Amino acid sequence: MIEQVPQILVLIGLIISAVLTFHFKDLLAAILAAGLFSFLISLEFYILQAPDVAISQAAIGAGLTTAIFIIAIRATGRFEGESS
Amino acid sequence: MRMSRIVRTAADILYPAILIFGLYIVAHGHLTPGGGFQGGAVIATGGALVIVAYNYKEVTGWLKKNVLTGQEVTGLVGFIGVGLLALAFGQGFFFNYLVGSGSIFGIPVPYGINAGELNTAGTVPLMNFAVGIEVWGGLTVVILYMLSGLEKEGC
Repeated sequence: MIEQVPQILVLIGLIISAVLTFHFKDLLAAILAAGLFSFLISLEFYILQAPDVAISQAAIGAGLTTAIFIIAIRATGRFEGESS
Repeated sequence: MRMSRIVRTAADILYPAILIFGLYIVAHGHLTPGGGFQGGAVIATGGALVIVAYNYKEVTGWLKKNVLTGQEVTGLVGFIGVGLLALAFGQGFFFNYLVGSGSIFGIPVPYGINAGELNTAGTVPLMNFAVGIEVWGGLTVVILYMLSGLEKEGC
């Protein structure tokens, strides 16, 4: 039972970050919440003893995808519904 | 548009550290978790940090599209070249001709519990280096082309 505590904490964090991604109207904050989701899922991969997948997920999910979304925000608007 | 001074300074400081860590993952690909793809993706994360922190004109002074595309071509040609070189030794495609030969990456694996000998595994580290260079160039040039769409808007 005690070894499942970190997994339960990570899963609660995953749900919270997913809800935050949906909730934010500031798109930069929403992207950072999505990056937090990606980081937590890489932590879960590490707990499940797949460090190879964890490195890939942390680099691509939390790094490159977040960078692409930030560049996309530069090209458009920062807030939802804004069309600058 | 460029980011604030805090983000730019952090990117300057973190970029060499991320580079070294990614090259470490690539070089130890046959001993520890990770390998060519993972190490290259980590290095590309450092490149993405610099690209996000600066604007297009400043970034192209550091990272050039020609160099990155050349890295991609070099990695792919190196990977297939290492595989095809086995045919020159009269063996099958991708045969590990370097293992146990005593030359680079050629010493036999020591027995028992040890910390891991880097100079082993034959052609596997060479292929890891090739894949690492290729993924480094490929994933960075994706983000650089994404940013180049913003060039004419002046941000």
